[in-house]
Amino acid sequence: MLDTLASGLRLVATLDLRLWQVVGLSLVVSLSAVALAALLGLPLGAALAVGRFRGRQAVIVVLNALMGLPPVVVGLVIYLLLSRAGPLGELGLLFTPQAMVIAQTVLVLPIIAALARQAVEDAWREYEEQLRSLGVEGTRAALTVLWDIRFSLLTAVLAGLGRASAEVGAVMIVGGNIDGVTRVMTTTIALETSKGDLPLALGLGMVLIGIVLALNAAAQLIKEAAQRRHG
Amino acid sequence: MDLRKILLVALCALAPAAWAQDKFIVVSSTTSTENSGLFGHILPLFQKKTGIAVRVVAQGTGQALDTGRRGDCDVVFVHNRNAELEMVQEGWFVDRHDVMYNDFVIVGPKSDPAHVAGLQDAVAALKRIRGASAPFASRGDKSGTHSAELRLWKAGGIDPKGDWYRETGSGMGATLNTASAMNAYALADRGTWLSFKNRGELAVLVQGDPRLFNQYGVMLVNPARHPHVKKDLGQAFIDWLISPGGQAAIAAYKIGGEQLFFPNARQ
Amino acid sequence: MSAILPLRLEEVSFVAGGRTLIDRVSLALEAGTSSIILGANGAGKSVLMRLMHGLLAPSAGRVAWSGEGARRRQAMVFQRPVMLRRSALGNVIYALDAAGVPPVQRERLAAEALEEVGLGHLAQRPARVLSGGEQQRLSLARAWALHPEVLFLDEPTASLDPGATHEIENIIRAFDAAGTKIVMSTHSLGQARRLGDEVIYLHQGRIVERASIERFFPHPATAEAAAFVKGELPWT
Repeated sequence: MLDTLASGLRLVATLDLRLWQVVGLSLVVSLSAVALAALLGLPLGAALAVGRFRGRQAVIVVLNALMGLPPVVVGLVIYLLLSRAGPLGELGLLFTPQAMVIAQTVLVLPIIAALARQAVEDAWREYEEQLRSLGVEGTRAALTVLWDIRFSLLTAVLAGLGRASAEVGAVMIVGGNIDGVTRVMTTTIALETSKGDLPLALGLGMVLIGIVLALNAAAQLIKEAAQRRHG
Repeated sequence: MDLRKILLVALCALAPAAWAQDKFIVVSSTTSTENSGLFGHILPLFQKKTGIAVRVVAQGTGQALDTGRRGDCDVVFVHNRNAELEMVQEGWFVDRHDVMYNDFVIVGPKSDPAHVAGLQDAVAALKRIRGASAPFASRGDKSGTHSAELRLWKAGGIDPKGDWYRETGSGMGATLNTASAMNAYALADRGTWLSFKNRGELAVLVQGDPRLFNQYGVMLVNPARHPHVKKDLGQAFIDWLISPGGQAAIAAYKIGGEQLFFPNARQ
Repeated sequence: MSAILPLRLEEVSFVAGGRTLIDRVSLALEAGTSSIILGANGAGKSVLMRLMHGLLAPSAGRVAWSGEGARRRQAMVFQRPVMLRRSALGNVIYALDAAGVPPVQRERLAAEALEEVGLGHLAQRPARVLSGGEQQRLSLARAWALHPEVLFLDEPTASLDPGATHEIENIIRAFDAAGTKIVMSTHSLGQARRLGDEVIYLHQGRIVERASIERFFPHPATAEAAAFVKGELPWT
């Protein structure tokens, strides 16, 4: 396996514009999906942590379960929705990068929301009384807590990013793996594997892991710098 | 605050305008055709001539035809003549044109436990494989290749079932990977085989039987059923494929000096 | 003259988890007197403070202020200070923002409050890296900036060393001198004597004795209070 890996890395090192196009698209799709999922999921998680309503526990259980949504099932459902034969066919979004962003957002949203809920709920116990004493309640209080624990939330966002950049099932189905248009790292790895070009697939896999590692390292550095500044 | 920047990125990502610049059509075809590398060779020629970009979604034949039926593509280019004609009859496609054919080969381990090497009779070879209960990897995915395989078993009066018969439910490459790992026999299109790099102990053992020839057809999705279909651009692609220029481009595609696809469009 | 005092509790009870933590408490808190809520651990001091400040709703009875806008005219300092992840100045500004103070005034008022408690030099320091005593002073600065009519303090120096305790008590005296009514719970007799005008002794959720400092010390009238006072170490 080691020489497969070695020849893979060699191949990748000599590869051209097309590889970097694939890497670029992977990053744009996954980062966009995570950004969108964070925009929706962080407030959702905070609201769930702070709010009190009937069935709250049930919602929390369901949300936690949705973290394990199989990507290929999400892909299939989004495909059926976006297909011309489906309810949202008019939008003409199937087999485009936008469809991939949508599918990954659906996948990542429960992860970010569920982890945010947990983090906010833990912090809420500490902050709630003092905030209420200052006259800050409800939405405003939830947002204050959310902002205050922002560096812990980074972990939730990174978990979402990990899921998005690793999955292949959803983007394959809704994107169609079109060369130069919807082909990303994971679908390329799947394709090259299916063509029997294992060294190339493995090389690309290493690049993917390398990128995810780099993103995580960057996030960690940001977290540490910020903690030094804000305590 | 970061929030505003994030919103901007998300909105840009979703703006369709950013991506839908050129004129393009979506063609659904099969994974075996895509994996053979044919499209990489002929599509740039078509784009150069007409300025039309072709986006190929590669799926199994069954799924490719379904994609056409749903109107999620403009043109369908697969190799299952019976299914294609049936769907033209049902009104999903405008009509069907022959484009080219390639052939299937039976690959297997060089040790050849079923003794089929050199046979020119595919059905006889399959009978021997069954008789020896030698492992056989099938695609099992309703693809054109899978349908061809099933027709051959049927012609030999065999219903393939048992431990020796493994259905992978996946594409040609994945099935060959499995066959390579298991030292099993398999039916493969020559194109995928020639570009397949993980051969292990496998080699071509049976070829040349006319029943192994694989006819490709191209069809335009019916605009009467799906008004949004890019019928002019799609038709331009079909016209080019069956034109002398397109046919020559197909014939010119070779792997290791070997021609993979044999144009046979009727003018 | 105070707009919101006297604060009246009328037969207030608080039940939680099947236990009666506050049992039919009736009292009126007037302006101009520093009231010390005294009692052993578990007597219900913290619960009573929260009922008065409005953080808890009574299970029975009524908590009634005498005027409008009581919500905004009180502040509370907890035993463990809770600070946001921002500078000391930022924390005071946050409180001013929550109180509806116009943006242009916030920084100035916040800086003044920090000066008042002797934290002016730490204005830009992240609040969370300050020592326990400094954070508690910051809580007081936060309250000071709001110019409350009533300041509730729930065992504010229980977690602090004598030096920090001394500083906190000075600031509380400053509040008192500025006209803020002090309502403070403590289990330290010395602190009660130093800062209070009257003592309200709480025993198992009931008010058992209420008297001025001079009358209560050195000999309380009731048996429960006397036992408590006797059990305490002489120098606390």
